Amino acid sequence: MSHDHNHDNELDPFAARVRALETILTQKGLIDPAAIDVIVDTYETKIGPRNGAKVVAKAWVEPDFAVLLIRDATAAIGSLGYTGRQGEHMQAVFNTADTHNLVVCTLCSCYPWSVLGLPPVWYKAPPYRSRAVIDPRGVLGEFGLTLPATTKIRVWDSTAELRYLVVPMRPKGTDSWSEERLADLVTRDAMIGTGLAREPA
Amino acid sequence: MNGPQDLGGQMGFGPVAPEKDEPCFHAAWERRALGVTLCAGAMGAWTIDESRHARELLHPADYYGSSYYEIWIKALETLLKRHGFVSDRDLAAGKAVDPAATPKRVLKAENVPAVLAKGGPCDRPIAAPARFKAGEMVRTKNFHPTGHTRLPRYARGKQGTIEAVRAGFVFPDTNAHGQGENPQWVYTVVFDGAEIWGEGADPTLTVSIDAWESYLEPA
Repeated sequence: MSHDHNHDNELDPFAARVRALETILTQKGLIDPAAIDVIVDTYETKIGPRNGAKVVAKAWVEPDFAVLLIRDATAAIGSLGYTGRQGEHMQAVFNTADTHNLVVCTLCSCYPWSVLGLPPVWYKAPPYRSRAVIDPRGVLGEFGLTLPATTKIRVWDSTAELRYLVVPMRPKGTDSWSEERLADLVTRDAMIGTGLAREPA
Repeated sequence: MNGPQDLGGQMGFGPVAPEKDEPCFHAAWERRALGVTLCAGAMGAWTIDESRHARELLHPADYYGSSYYEIWIKALETLLKRHGFVSDRDLAAGKAVDPAATPKRVLKAENVPAVLAKGGPCDRPIAAPARFKAGEMVRTKNFHPTGHTRLPRYARGKQGTIEAVRAGFVFPDTNAHGQGENPQWVYTVVFDGAEIWGEGADPTLTVSIDAWESYLEPA
């Protein structure tokens, strides 16, 4: 099937609904459509999991930074220039050989935007929000992650304004690696707790 | 409220569906939905707590049948109508028909970077000392308010341990309803999996919540 003109918005009632709302608010002078463009560009190109990966890599190579990250994560993360909306009150939680951390927001979609960007769809959807607290191992299995039966699992439900960043364990065989190279091993999922840092290739 | 948002421990939603190389947005309208929601919030007419509560007020069938950006937009229409910025006639016409309330401010493009970088801190100084200290045993209250609360149902009436005394924070249960910030101490409270889920709970599991002081009593 081919189309000779673009009518995507006519096909999608919800797209039309959002467009109508934007039109009404713009006509009333309540919003600046150019501000929407800047917001979208910020989260599409500037703020994302690369920020968090740099925080984790720095904590791996600089013990003093790791100590600050434990004590005052907001200040530690702010020292790298990552501040602001949905990152105002940060906590960093460190995985150990004994304990694996997993972050969820059962009540809505609280997520550390300043270091991870916008949350993925699955993080905001009922399957993850309902089961992370009662069946974390089952959930991790759906991400392809099976932890030893003896590993303790700590689930952090973000019920207040604290935002959690998981610091995964540093992979073995990376002792001589630079911070920049290490950051490439730190995935978004590793910083939510639904994954581990990548092993060196 | 015991609404559709309170999902912890619910069953029947199926497996999580992680998406490989997930894009930031899945449709062009999601970009606008994010921006419109943030710009409308920046008018300063409502708080983040009121906006969360507006989402919870969706009928459960509507909430569970909607994507998250759809939930945002549906709740945003409620907020805009409640605060006099948009009318049913505007929405029906798809254009501005009725006059609007005057916003405290309008977010202009040039101010977006500064506004996003500043965020909206909601910690507040508290004169009273914290009632509980780290290591203390506490029990969460068993209550079922019809308004907004951030104490999930699965964690009500449960015994746990104060792991950390955090700071004073705006109390959402009143702030969501325009009844003031009334800041309280917030604590991280950790529970054994078995205390929450009982028989069959994962023996390696602990779950924590961040709880306002009035949610807690000494155990």
